[in-house]
Amino acid sequence: MRISLYFLLGLVFGVVLLQSQVVSWYRIYEMFRFEAFHMYGVIGSAVIVGVLGLQLMKRSQMRDADGEPIALADKAPSIPRYLVGGIIFGLGWGLVGACPGPIFALLGAGYSTLLLVLIGALGGTLLYGVLRDRLPH
Amino acid sequence: MTTLDQLWPWYVAGPLIAMVMLSLVYLGKSFGLSQNLQTMCSLGGAARWSDYFKIERSSRWWNLVFAFGILAGATLASEFIGLPTVIDLSPSTASSLAGAGISPGDGLMPEELFGRKSWQSPLTMLLLLGGGLLIGFGARYAGGCTSGHAIMGLSNLQWPSLVAVIGFFIGGLIVTHLVLPSLLPIISDAAL
Repeated sequence: MRISLYFLLGLVFGVVLLQSQVVSWYRIYEMFRFEAFHMYGVIGSAVIVGVLGLQLMKRSQMRDADGEPIALADKAPSIPRYLVGGIIFGLGWGLVGACPGPIFALLGAGYSTLLLVLIGALGGTLLYGVLRDRLPH
Repeated sequence: MTTLDQLWPWYVAGPLIAMVMLSLVYLGKSFGLSQNLQTMCSLGGAARWSDYFKIERSSRWWNLVFAFGILAGATLASEFIGLPTVIDLSPSTASSLAGAGISPGDGLMPEELFGRKSWQSPLTMLLLLGGGLLIGFGARYAGGCTSGHAIMGLSNLQWPSLVAVIGFFIGGLIVTHLVLPSLLPIISDAAL
């Protein structure tokens, strides 16, 4: 039963991603040229609502659907990992204008060429897995 | 009168995305998609090459289902709601694209890069594979993507996520301003 909720939430997210055009290569290009507010508005308002929502959930000591306290793990502290990994990700994001969520969305919207991006991303993940012990974290 | 097939404004889209994220937190999960890449590699047998892929798969199914939901939602949107026929870009963005030989048509993505014809252009295919490689490697190295860091991490006031988002932007700015201006004309020529 629970599994259908994840599907439903994905469905909502997929519709929003498409109708707000944040999956569009053009919108990403426009964002990195600082020529439109749209993308900043989407991410910014999501974060503002997100911060308020999470704070409210934590401060009210709300419990999750299973009755467990809401505990989100802190990200492990590191600079090189997030900065270098982030820059590499950004190079790809700028180039193909898609990140993991939108890859699925664009495939669903009928862009078969995103299969190449997905295959590339799986290759990159594999490469990371193999090289992981040799990278600064 | 705004209808569903018009561009959804940022103040509708952003809060809806936040609600999806908060719902996942309520269900005891966290919001992020790039974990699926690791799971998919693991399903493909990548544990042979690295312990990174020795994971408890049963804890990951929900996220693959979520990703499949995204795919289905996008199909639903494009088939039944319909997309705005014209991407309304800022004039300066549009003119820089025109200069690079990219002509925004009636789709979300430039045909020159993502159209079916790209399957016949080794150069474009290589570009899409290479871009994907950077996305996959970078997202797993940084431990998250736009969803996991920019939305989930920043919402949870995680400074590492801010570092990652700054990295995303450094990378994106380098490509957009230093690489694409010379790369796009080559790609659009190849698409002719």
